[in-house]
Amino acid sequence: MNTLIAPWIILFTPLAAAAVILFVGRHSKPLSAGLAIGSAAVGCLLSWWLFLQPDPEEVLRFPWIAIGDSWLQMNLSIPIGVTVDHLSKLMLVVVTTIATLVFTYSIGYMKTEEGYWRYFAGLSLFLFSMLGIVLADNFVMMFIFWELVGLSSYILIGHYFRKDSAADACKQAFIVNRVGDFGFLLGILFLWAATGTLMFGDLTSGKGIALFAANPIYLTVACLLIFCGTVGKSAQMPLHVWLPNSMEGPTPVSSLLHAATMVAAGVYLLARIFPILEAAPHALDVIAWIGGITCFAAALMATQQNDIKRILAYSTISQLGYMVLGMASASSADVSMFHLFTHAFFKCLLFLCAGSVIVGMHHEQDIWKMGALKNKMPVTFLIMCIGGLALSGCPFFSGYYSKDLIIAWAVVKYPLLGWLSVATAGLTAFYTVRLLTVVFLGKPRGDQAKHAVESPLVMLVPLACLALPSFIAGYPFIEKLFFHVEEPTAVPHLLHPVLLFLFAVGVVSAFLLYRNAEKDPIFIPLFANRLYIDNLYDWLVKNIQGRGAAVLSWADRWIVDLFIVQIPSKIVWGSGFVLRFFQIGNIQAYAFFFGLGVIGLVHFLIFR
Amino acid sequence: MILTATFLSAFLGAGLILLLPERRASLAKWIALLAVLAGLGGAKFAFLSFDHSPAAPDYQFLTWLPWIPQLGISFFTGADGISVVLLLLTGIIAVTGVLFSWNVTHRPRAFFAFYLIIIGGVYGVFQSFDLFLLFVFYEIVIIPKYFLIAAWGSTNREYGAMKLTMYSVAGSALVLLALIATYAVSGAQTFDLFVLSRGGFSSGFQAWAFPVMFIGFAVLAGLWPLHTWAPTGHVAAPTAVSMLLAGVVMKLGSYSALRVAMTLFPEGLGQWRTSFAILATAGIVLGALVALAQKDLKFTVGYSSIAHMGFVLLGLMTLNRAGMGGAVLQMFSHGIIGGLLFAVVGRMIYDRTHTRDIADLGKMDLLKALPFATLTFTIASVASMGLPGFSGFIAELTILKGSWIAFPWLLVPAGVGIVITVAFTLRALQRAFYPSGEPMPQSFDPITFPEKLGAVLLMAVTVCLGVFPSMLLNPILRSFQAPLMHHLVQEVTTK
Repeated sequence: MNTLIAPWIILFTPLAAAAVILFVGRHSKPLSAGLAIGSAAVGCLLSWWLFLQPDPEEVLRFPWIAIGDSWLQMNLSIPIGVTVDHLSKLMLVVVTTIATLVFTYSIGYMKTEEGYWRYFAGLSLFLFSMLGIVLADNFVMMFIFWELVGLSSYILIGHYFRKDSAADACKQAFIVNRVGDFGFLLGILFLWAATGTLMFGDLTSGKGIALFAANPIYLTVACLLIFCGTVGKSAQMPLHVWLPNSMEGPTPVSSLLHAATMVAAGVYLLARIFPILEAAPHALDVIAWIGGITCFAAALMATQQNDIKRILAYSTISQLGYMVLGMASASSADVSMFHLFTHAFFKCLLFLCAGSVIVGMHHEQDIWKMGALKNKMPVTFLIMCIGGLALSGCPFFSGYYSKDLIIAWAVVKYPLLGWLSVATAGLTAFYTVRLLTVVFLGKPRGDQAKHAVESPLVMLVPLACLALPSFIAGYPFIEKLFFHVEEPTAVPHLLHPVLLFLFAVGVVSAFLLYRNAEKDPIFIPLFANRLYIDNLYDWLVKNIQGRGAAVLSWADRWIVDLFIVQIPSKIVWGSGFVLRFFQIGNIQAYAFFFGLGVIGLVHFLIFR
Repeated sequence: MILTATFLSAFLGAGLILLLPERRASLAKWIALLAVLAGLGGAKFAFLSFDHSPAAPDYQFLTWLPWIPQLGISFFTGADGISVVLLLLTGIIAVTGVLFSWNVTHRPRAFFAFYLIIIGGVYGVFQSFDLFLLFVFYEIVIIPKYFLIAAWGSTNREYGAMKLTMYSVAGSALVLLALIATYAVSGAQTFDLFVLSRGGFSSGFQAWAFPVMFIGFAVLAGLWPLHTWAPTGHVAAPTAVSMLLAGVVMKLGSYSALRVAMTLFPEGLGQWRTSFAILATAGIVLGALVALAQKDLKFTVGYSSIAHMGFVLLGLMTLNRAGMGGAVLQMFSHGIIGGLLFAVVGRMIYDRTHTRDIADLGKMDLLKALPFATLTFTIASVASMGLPGFSGFIAELTILKGSWIAFPWLLVPAGVGIVITVAFTLRALQRAFYPSGEPMPQSFDPITFPEKLGAVLLMAVTVCLGVFPSMLLNPILRSFQAPLMHHLVQEVTTK
């Protein structure tokens, strides 16, 4: 094995698995699952091996498209190649490790579901596409895999396509992502036109940035357009609406795609182009604001959701907001990548626990029908508490280290947004404890809660495997192994005490409020209805786009056609009709017309 | 000579079929298959043996025979990179079209004879370098379409056939007008494209001759707002003819617009390109929006053709290698994908369900009843949305890249068009094939072997091209350096 070939094996094994499952998987459930898990495990082992190797000097690269453009006096070519550097190796490790665990967990979760092979083929396709994003060495290749990730996400969200809500959700996710992706594509074209290269290596080495030096506004626009891709894929406002709806997919999918890895692709993209971003301070301001607002608003919405998965979904949006904010405020991309790393473990864990609860509850997702599950599902309860504490920033859990670091940077660079993110930390503790309390403590609120059972081992083992990193992934010895982060200087002394205080307030208030609640004691319509953003989009789609299309369809048939087909054809018919009267077949009448003509001619010649 | 074989085999096949006695009528489809296979063989040979080394001549397989020397008309055929690509497309569509017509039992001799005549005409247009010859082939295509639609079509077929024919004839009239004027004004006493393209046309002449000729050709390419023949015509036509219309006939328009109108009148093009680029973009956006409102699956596909052909015309107007190369690639790509979509809707679905209403199809549980058709339509839809891995992606990417240089302000509406394309494609796909609610299984005749063969062939081509686009892009891009084209590609010295 050498470092030239290994990335390619990691990349293509899942694709091969997907292809085989597609063709023969429907005949055998174990084969489908085995192939998918096997391909992920191969990728996982190789990724860890690769991670421990020094960065290779050279990589394999194949020419793909070459378009000479004389006006640039250069040949533009797009190769297919891989980047093997610290960032991509780190991402490889995260993605393949979590994928292996989630794939394994899926055996238990999907045991009784239909479309088993379809599911595993989709997961393998997703893994292939995601690894493509991670390994891409140029923008076009990344965009290609970016789209493929969108496609596999569409397939997986729509797994239960017989359900209206799932069918709508997958369509919405795809379309909303396509909106963001188009901005991304424009950004790519912009960079291409301005610098003549799309290779990450060239663009971030200073050569590419130097080309922008004369026109910094170009760089800002290019960065913002590329950031559109992040807004779509990482569910930042205002394109965040698809992520909560994507929870219609099977829970392991929510866990792997819509919490741990795929939605983090947008953050990874920002990390990839971090040197370019640093040269565009105005773009960074916009990015910071979008991240900060998303982070806060999503946490507000999370406090009032009742579906166990949707609470976690809004929490994911909020955490992604943290990462985006961190990209804009920190001195190195590693700060946000650190949070991406810890978040991937604990959020994946939380979703898998939620999945365990859902299976135990016979596919009931409303937390107000649960309660007192800690006695029925003790292992799930214990592990979910670890995930919850990591998410809410409890000291000595992983999230505490990474999130506080982002907040510290944000407070230094953007004080207003920084303190907003501090407030978000309190909200995070509140909604996490609300979720845990309502689901696991109190009294059972329904028959299903009374008869819930603990999940099988095949689901619990991956949970246990994730619990460990969720707990320790933030500790300095791990941080030193994977990252090179530094604390900002001049952090306000009050920051850490305030964070701890807000954490305590969030935990205690949620615990007291919800300990014995039969139904939600608080009702804030604005938050429960997700700030009415979804309603606004529904209205726009229905009224503007839907009616617009209907009107245009009508116009195409009756107006465009009227002028180009109907009126000319009526004129032709009409002139034929009129001329018919002159074809009488009567010699005297013809003589009469002839005479009229002569008179007219004479008149014209004499009196003109 | 190998090029001549392409259309000769088609015409010969048509002649043979007409000679068949009544009781041997069922042989017609076999003769047609042999004829189109021979044509495909010729086209494929031309494509593979087309030499694109730098030292090779720009135009290859040239044949020149005097035809009417008194008027300077000759039989002058040949090929550059663009021609060979489109000839290959014609071959592929022709063969799959026959495969999807395997069930035609109503007067098969006439059906296949007309079909082969169209194919021959299309082959001819893509290789003619004499304008008179090109125009003759162009006209050969029109009349058989009318009969095929009017006699073997479905929904509203006489109206659709007549509308399509009137549009085509009106377009041809404009072309003829401009062609005669060109002949007269040039004073060169020839229809040879190479001679005529050496220029000498005054700006004033180009200013009116270009739009007249361009519009004449672009009618066939579905230029908005002269596009309404296409959806009605596509819908009324029998499957193979829908495939031909979307697959190659619409490309006749865009190809001839590039080969003749744009090549002859670069100055006129310079004056008019912005207007036509706007119309092309209008086609992208409005075509997609209208597709979103359709209830008939075939109308949805028909309007999607307008949107996709809008990309072709937009790419042509960019006048740079990326945009124009992308336009030709999009012609090929849409030919394959459009053909595939029509094949599923017309042959696999409509011939069995006898409805194309999206809501009605949704009740039939096609996923269980016709899994192969569902899979094919799904893949065709994904390709049609321009997803990577399929041919449409590279084509749209390069066109957008070209537009970014030429018309950056048109990218926003084009992007809106792309997003709406996704919306209407998913809408049709989900509602017709993956409906929600309880399935009501029905049974239909299973998909036959020829259908599977044709579908697999088309899917393989679009995937192959999506993964290895350079296969076509190299010969296409090379043609823009050749004498006829290089003056079109604009040199921009400042960034």
